[in-house]
Amino acid sequence: MSALSTRGLDKSFGSLVVASDISFDLPQGARHALIGPNGAGKTTLINLMTGMLRPDAGEIRLGDEEITALPPEKRVTRGLVRTFQINTLFPNLNALEAVTLAVCEREGVARTWWRRVSAYPSAVDEAHAILSSLLLGDDCYRPTRELPYGRQRLLEIALALATRPKVLLLDEPAAGVPREESAELFAAISNLSRDITVLFIEHDMNFVFRFASRIIVMVGGRILLEGTPEEVAADPRVREVYLGKSHRDGAHHG
Amino acid sequence: MMSVTATSPHAYLERQARWTWIEVAFWAATLLPFWLTPNYLVLASQIAITALFALSLDLILGYAGIVSLGHAAFFGLGAYTAGLAAKHGWGEPITGLILGALVAGIVGHAASFIVARFRHLALIMITLGMGLLLHEAANSASWLTGGADGLQGVKMWPIFNKFRFDLYGYVAYTYSLIVLFIVFLVARRIINSPFGLSLRGIRENALRMPALGAPSRAHLRKIYTISAVMAGIAGALLAQTTETVSLEVLGFQRSADVLVILILGGAGRLYGGLVGAIIFMVARDQFSGNTPQFWYFWIGTLLIAVVMFLPNGILGGLAKLTASWRGKS
Repeated sequence: MSALSTRGLDKSFGSLVVASDISFDLPQGARHALIGPNGAGKTTLINLMTGMLRPDAGEIRLGDEEITALPPEKRVTRGLVRTFQINTLFPNLNALEAVTLAVCEREGVARTWWRRVSAYPSAVDEAHAILSSLLLGDDCYRPTRELPYGRQRLLEIALALATRPKVLLLDEPAAGVPREESAELFAAISNLSRDITVLFIEHDMNFVFRFASRIIVMVGGRILLEGTPEEVAADPRVREVYLGKSHRDGAHHG
Repeated sequence: MMSVTATSPHAYLERQARWTWIEVAFWAATLLPFWLTPNYLVLASQIAITALFALSLDLILGYAGIVSLGHAAFFGLGAYTAGLAAKHGWGEPITGLILGALVAGIVGHAASFIVARFRHLALIMITLGMGLLLHEAANSASWLTGGADGLQGVKMWPIFNKFRFDLYGYVAYTYSLIVLFIVFLVARRIINSPFGLSLRGIRENALRMPALGAPSRAHLRKIYTISAVMAGIAGALLAQTTETVSLEVLGFQRSADVLVILILGGAGRLYGGLVGAIIFMVARDQFSGNTPQFWYFWIGTLLIAVVMFLPNGILGGLAKLTASWRGKS
């Protein structure tokens, strides 16, 4: 059984088709990359899967459960979690507070208003452990807005991990991070537990080819092909629409 | 800054929730009017009531990011409930207070299902509309509320059958202050709780919360209801301590004033509404004696100045000042 699968997903905004007949399967523990030129519909696909957009047609299954009509937060509690291409953090909370918040929401104690946060030491410990594992332990008392950009990208992942995802969708985890700082980010992703199924969008082809076991190529709202890195690299259509272009202008924003 | 990294996360969070000496000093200072300004205890009790009202707004505006221009609706509901109960033969203050809280809370909970769905301008318009609606309803139902003449014949029993409301406001201020302090303790506990943390999350980034699996709307409904209860308590206090209820308790002016008070003092700081209420009420008392219209000229000026130069209110400005002072020393 797949960890996550879609069948025939369609989505248009007026006459603009942003997703057309999207069907794919993420096997348990997969490391799949989703690539494609700018405007190919990669982020749209993540929005469809996480419920931030409703598809016009098609279905989405998480494990053996159909989740097509579930609201975003219910998908998260079932284990389908995403990060954002543009930092979507809590500027005036520090990292410890933010991740503790996420742990408390997962544990269902976030409704409690008559006890202090410090009355939940296991939640605080877990938050701190997640932050430490991503090398954010020393920065966890600084307000998020004061953290360097690369650290904020790590916090994006820390927040997602605090929800204990089964399937993790990473939307350009290294977007905007200078090349010399992206190494620790890629290391963090490489170190993710094999219990987590990962689909990631990334423009750094070195990382994609090193880390992904399979690659899905999207163009114009459709899946052009899916295959192993070798198959994708050898495919002339991919070279034409994506790799050739990306080698020429180093496309970095999607 | 340098010692912060050495602390454990538990110690850090406990320190965040710990009482500071400034807080202790603040609450000790609320007792000063008994000795320093015994002739102003009536005003002091009104300040405590306004502070409580501002505190209730702070929970939704400062912590959850719900902007409201109609919060007087719940203040007025509490006031009329307590006032009507006393007028019709039940003048016991504590149960009257609870009754006012209950009615405001029920209406607040019903309204929260609408409020939690909207943000920004739509939210301001909806809360404004609800406030106007209730004001007009109270105006038309003059058989019940006394309409524009106000509710007459509110007769309070002594508190605990012992402490009769006096002309000097001695009992009124004691009573208001104790209620304010108790509600403040509850509010303080809320903001230091996991629920309070999630509210700040909603304020900081409403988009991220569902991506963490958070039921944002349920959180918003809950805090809106709690806030309505607290506003209702404030209204009931005013009705009981003044032994009258006028339409003004539901008025737009009251909704606007409490917003101004909170912004002046500093939203999202728990003490912002309290400090704002003191400044606003004392200044109004001092300035409005000779030229009442002119008073809003100064409030307008102060409001613009604060928003321009102290975006986090007076308390925010003070916090910044002490932080930079500590950084230097």
